[in-house]
Amino acid sequence: MGHLLPSTLAFFTPESGGSPNANEISSLFKITLAIAAVIFVLVEGALIYALIKFRKKKGAVPAQIRGNTRLETGWTVAAALILVALAAVTFAKLGAIQNPPNSNAAGANLSSLDEPLYASATRKLPPNGKALNITVIGRQYIWQYLYPGATERDGLGTPYSYQEMVVPTETTVSLNIVSSDVVHAWWIPELGGKFQAVPGYHNYTWFKISKPGVYKGQCAFLCGRQHARMVATVRAIPPVQFEEWLSRQKTLIAEANTAAQASRAKLNSATGAGQVENP
Amino acid sequence: MATYVAPIPQVHAHHAEREQRGWTSWITTTDHKRIGIMYMVTTMVFFCLGGIEALLIRLQLGVPNNTLVTPQVYNQLFTMHGTTMVFLFVVPMMAGLANYFLPLMIGARDMAFPRLNALSFWLLLFGGIVFYASLFWNPPEAGWTSVVPLANSVFSPSGGQDAWIYLIHITGVSSLLGAINFYATITNMRAPGMSWGRLPLFVWTILTYSVLLIIALPVVAAAVTMLLTDRHFGTHFFDAANGGSAILWQHLFWFFGHPEVYIMVLPGFGIISEILPVFARKPIFGYKAIAASTVAIAFLGFLTWAHHMFAAPVPEVILVFVMLSSFLIAVPTGVKILNWIATLWRGTVEFKTPLIFCAGGVGLFLIGGISGVFLATFPIDWQVNETYFVVAHLHFVLIGGAVLPIFGAIYYWFPKITGRMLSEGMGRVSFYLMAFGLLATFLIQHVMGLDGMPRRIYEYDNVGHLALYNMISTIGSFFLAAGVLVTIINVARSLKNGVAAGPDPWKANTLEWFTPSPPPVNNFDVIPLVRSAEPMKDIRREVDRRATVGGSAGAATVPTGATQVGV
Repeated sequence: MGHLLPSTLAFFTPESGGSPNANEISSLFKITLAIAAVIFVLVEGALIYALIKFRKKKGAVPAQIRGNTRLETGWTVAAALILVALAAVTFAKLGAIQNPPNSNAAGANLSSLDEPLYASATRKLPPNGKALNITVIGRQYIWQYLYPGATERDGLGTPYSYQEMVVPTETTVSLNIVSSDVVHAWWIPELGGKFQAVPGYHNYTWFKISKPGVYKGQCAFLCGRQHARMVATVRAIPPVQFEEWLSRQKTLIAEANTAAQASRAKLNSATGAGQVENP
Repeated sequence: MATYVAPIPQVHAHHAEREQRGWTSWITTTDHKRIGIMYMVTTMVFFCLGGIEALLIRLQLGVPNNTLVTPQVYNQLFTMHGTTMVFLFVVPMMAGLANYFLPLMIGARDMAFPRLNALSFWLLLFGGIVFYASLFWNPPEAGWTSVVPLANSVFSPSGGQDAWIYLIHITGVSSLLGAINFYATITNMRAPGMSWGRLPLFVWTILTYSVLLIIALPVVAAAVTMLLTDRHFGTHFFDAANGGSAILWQHLFWFFGHPEVYIMVLPGFGIISEILPVFARKPIFGYKAIAASTVAIAFLGFLTWAHHMFAAPVPEVILVFVMLSSFLIAVPTGVKILNWIATLWRGTVEFKTPLIFCAGGVGLFLIGGISGVFLATFPIDWQVNETYFVVAHLHFVLIGGAVLPIFGAIYYWFPKITGRMLSEGMGRVSFYLMAFGLLATFLIQHVMGLDGMPRRIYEYDNVGHLALYNMISTIGSFFLAAGVLVTIINVARSLKNGVAAGPDPWKANTLEWFTPSPPPVNNFDVIPLVRSAEPMKDIRREVDRRATVGGSAGAATVPTGATQVGV
C-alpha cells in the first residue's frame, strides 16, 4: 500500500508520487483540506464556545431570539459560495487528472507497439493520439494484463502477464479495464484513482511514470471471499528494457504454448480415446 | 405568606379505561404507544446484534494477517452488520420513536390506521427473524449493498443472499405501511390550531422520512425482485453475458440507497431540533429555515445517488452533475448546524443528558459532513472511495446524526414512557464513552483510507503504520460498545428504581408533555387548542395566569402525586 512520504502532510493526503494525475488529485485534496480545516475550526469552535459561554449560570436570562433573517441569508450564501469555489478549483484541475499527456520522446517506441486506438465517449487519448494501450482484465482473484503486440509480424500473438504489470517509464500508458466475472476495481494509489472493472463494460484510465520502481495496489471493490488478496503491482522500467522484456515475454509464452501443445498431443495419443480438453 | 408554587398543567381524567395487562394484550395491541415500545425494544436487540458483529470485525482487523475468522465469515460479518444497522435498527427505531410520540406531539389519540400500525411492527419482527435465521445456514456475503454480479446465483449460491432479499421485501413493506400511516396521521389528525408553521420539527422530519420511504422503497423492492428472478427464475437483468447490466443494479440500488441515508438522519436532526431549545431555554433559531432545509435535503437527496458510482463506467456528465448536486445538498445541511448553534447562543444551557447527546451528536456529525465534501469531489473520490475513508465518513454521519440523537431521545422521552427518570450520572458516562469510542474508532480510519487500505477486506499486510492504526480503531470500538452497555443498564435499573418523573420533568415545549407519564390509553381527554409552535409554553403561561388572577398568590393547588418540577 505504498511507502509513506516523510512529511506530516502525508498523514492527511492520499497516496501520490507515481503519476501526474495522482499528484494533481493530491493537490486538489490539500486545497479542499485547507478550506475544510478553516470551516471545521470555525463551526466546531462556535459550538464549543456556545456550550461553555452560555451554560446555565445564576441569574442568567436566555435571550428569546427566534431568528435573524440577514444572518441566516448571509451564512447560506457564504456556504454556497465556498462550494462554488471548491467546484471551480476542481474543474480547474480536472483536465490534468483526466487527460493523459503525450509520452516523452525518450519513452517507449509507440509506433511499433501501438494498436489502433478507438476513442470512445469516456476514453481520453493524449493530444497526439499515441499511448501504450494495456487491457486490464479482472477476475476472481487475479489481475491479467494484455499488452499490444498481437498484430506483430512475428506472429507470436498477444503478450500478457498476471498480477505484475510491466510498463516503460516516460510513456503514457492507457488502461482499458474490463472484467470477466464480477465487478472489481483497479487501484494503484500512487498512480491515480480507482476504476471499476464491470463485466460488459470498458472503463478507462491512464498513468505516466517518470521514476522506475514498483507501485503496489489491490482490488478495491468487493469481489468475493479473496477480495483482500487480489493484489496488483506495476513495475516501471526504462523503455529500452521494457521492449526487451516484452519480446522476451512473447517468446516465453510461445515456448510454453508449444510445450503444452506437445504434451497434449502426447496425452491424446497415449490415452487413445477422447481428446484432452484445451486448458 | 404561603410560597407560590406554579401549578403543573394537567387534565384530570374523570373516567379512565382499565389498562389491559398480560402478554396477550401486547400481541393484539393496536395502541401506538405499545407498538412504539415494541419497536424500540426490538430495534435495540438488533442494535446489539449488529454491535457484536462490529466488534468481531474489529477483532479480526486488530492485527495484520489475523486468522480469528475465515474470509467467508468475515464477509458475512460485515454484510450482517451493515444490513442490521440500516434496516433493523436506525430506520425502524425512528419509526418506533415516531410511533410513540408523533400522535402525542400533534395532539392526536392514535395513528390514522392503528391496525396497519400493528402489522408494520410484526412485519419488522418477522423480517428480522427470517434474516437472522440465515445464521443457521449460510448468511449473505455480498455486503449490505448486495453487489451484483457477486450476489447472483453463480457467485453466491447460498440461500443467505435470498434471506437478504426477503429482509428487504418484508421490512420494506413494514416501512412503507408505516410511512403511509405517518403521512396520513400528520396531514389529517393535527390538533386544532396546529398549522404547518406550528408543526414540531421532529414531526416535519417524520413527514419527509415518510415521503422519502414512499418514493424510494418501491425502487429497491423492484431491484431485489429482479435479483431474485435472476437468481432463481432464469431472468438476466444484471447478467452482461445475456444482455443485462451490472451497472443497472448500482443505479437502482443507490437511487434508493442515497435517500435511505437521509431517511436515517433526518429524524435524528428532528430530535436535535426538539431537544436543544428545551435545554437552552430558548426557541429554535430559524424554525422556517430548519423546516425548509429538511424538505430541501429530502428533495435534493433524490438527485445525488450516483455519487456512490463515481468509479463506475458512467458518462462524464453524470460525474459533474452529481458532484454539483452533492455540493448543493451540503448547504441546507450546513444551515441546520448553524441554526442549532444559534439556538444555544445566548441561551442558558442546562447540561442534562439529552442535551449532551444531541450537542455532542452535532459536533461529531460535523466531522462526517465535512468528509462528505471530499467524497463529493469525484477526482478525490476516485482515491478515497471504497476505502476506510468512506467507512469513517459514514460512521461519523450515522452515529453523530442518528445514533447519538436516538440515545438523546431515549434519555429525553424515557420519563414520559415510564414515569421514571434515567440516571443522569450514568447518562453522562454513557455519552463520554460513546463519543470517545466514536473518535478513537473512526478518526484514524480516515488516515487508513488515505494510506490505501480498501474496505471489506478480511486481512491486510503489515505495511506502513496500518497495524498501529487498526489496533487503535479496535480498542476504540470497545469503548463505544461500553457506552451503549451503560445506557442499557441504566434503562434496566431505572425501570424499577428511577426517580418519579411527573408529566413534564424538563419543562419542554411540545404537547406530549401535557399528558401524565405514562400517558393513558386515549392520550388526551381534551385536545388543547394550539396557538404556536411551542404549545406547552402557552399552556404553562395560561395556567399561571389563571392561577395568579383567579386567587391569592399562594393558593395555587398542586395536584397530588406530582413531583417537584422546579421554577
